[in-house]
Amino acid sequence: MADKRLRLEIVTPQRHLAYEEVVSCSAPGVLGYFQILPDHTEFVSELTIGEIKVEFSDHTKFFATTGGFLEVVNNRVLLLLEACEAAEEIDIDRALRALERAKRRLQEQSPDVDLMRARAALLRATNRLKIAQKLSLAV
Amino acid sequence: MATLREIKRRIGSIKSTQQITRAMKMVAAAKLRRAQENIFAARPYAYKIDELIQHLVAKIENPTDPLLESREPERVMLVVVTADRGLCGSFNSNIIRKATQEAERYRDREVSIVSVGRKGYDFFRKRNYQLGREFINLFNNVQYQHAQAIAEYLIEEFLACRADRIILVYNEFKSVIQQNLKVEQFLPLRKREFEGEGSGNLVDYIYEPSQEALLKALLPKHLNMQVWRVLLESYAAEQGARMAAMENATENAGELIHDLTLLFNKARQAAITKEISEIVGGAEALKSAS
Repeated sequence: MADKRLRLEIVTPQRHLAYEEVVSCSAPGVLGYFQILPDHTEFVSELTIGEIKVEFSDHTKFFATTGGFLEVVNNRVLLLLEACEAAEEIDIDRALRALERAKRRLQEQSPDVDLMRARAALLRATNRLKIAQKLSLAV
Repeated sequence: MATLREIKRRIGSIKSTQQITRAMKMVAAAKLRRAQENIFAARPYAYKIDELIQHLVAKIENPTDPLLESREPERVMLVVVTADRGLCGSFNSNIIRKATQEAERYRDREVSIVSVGRKGYDFFRKRNYQLGREFINLFNNVQYQHAQAIAEYLIEEFLACRADRIILVYNEFKSVIQQNLKVEQFLPLRKREFEGEGSGNLVDYIYEPSQEALLKALLPKHLNMQVWRVLLESYAAEQGARMAAMENATENAGELIHDLTLLFNKARQAAITKEISEIVGGAEALKSAS
């Protein structure tokens, strides 16, 4: 059991990442976070906005996502994501600006502001910031 | 024989044409590189999402989702993806020919044409075709929102039963010098047959939240993505075709210039010879007269 590993692929419209020797992976399912370990049964789930954690034997990687799908077959994990940023790639300034903008929009409450979109933007920004901070704490 | 001045003028005009075609080739090459990067990045996602959908659809016993409903194709909608601009060799005419062939195949059905790209729209508008909406002038700056708009429109037409079958006709980008004409059914979603080892593909999944909900979330994304992929394919193929066409044109212009220069030199030499013989002849005449 201990020597079993996962193969993990992250595919988005912009990029394609592949990792070998993954020990575990947790992801934000629409019904809550779950973790995939080797020998997981065949499984498909819709993902929502949140953090994806990929654990290797000696280190851990974090990704921010806005949602997508996850499939597990035969110790291969496939993540189909709309957007995905590794923690170290997150542009904190941009995220902060987006956060400010979304907050302002929500407070204005003018009729021409799309509340759903503003709220989604707020969620995305906080999510990115949270994950970026995780990295700075680890270092 | 043409006069010297005429030949010279023609050489000049061909040279400036050559400059234009050369510049267009360079521009196409630069755009091609970007287009190529885009399509290579988008392909894995599009293929994987297609695979996932196929797995899901294959497992569903009786599909309830209206997007999967297979009806007798009374009304066929052809989505023809051409370029907005010409000067790219046989790119547009090939795709239009293929589309008319497809339309011919459904002759006894009701066929309507949705044009993506101005060249196709111009062609079908002037002929006796029933037209759906057109999406033109988008390749200049092709964006995911365009694909979304197109997919939304197609889904709406399908769900409203204004189209029973939607077929995409487009150029697939194979390599810089090669495009593949592709005809693909867009809706209803085709169940692909899993053969031989295929049974290994049909694993029993655990679904979260549920199979239906998952499919419902996945389908629109899948369709958007397929349209997006097709737009990118076609755009990259267009730039490739334009680059090749302009390369040929530049070469041909070079050949013409070469031939004309030869002709020019010959004519000049002939003129000089003529002048000399005239002078000599004149001198001889004077001498014998004196």
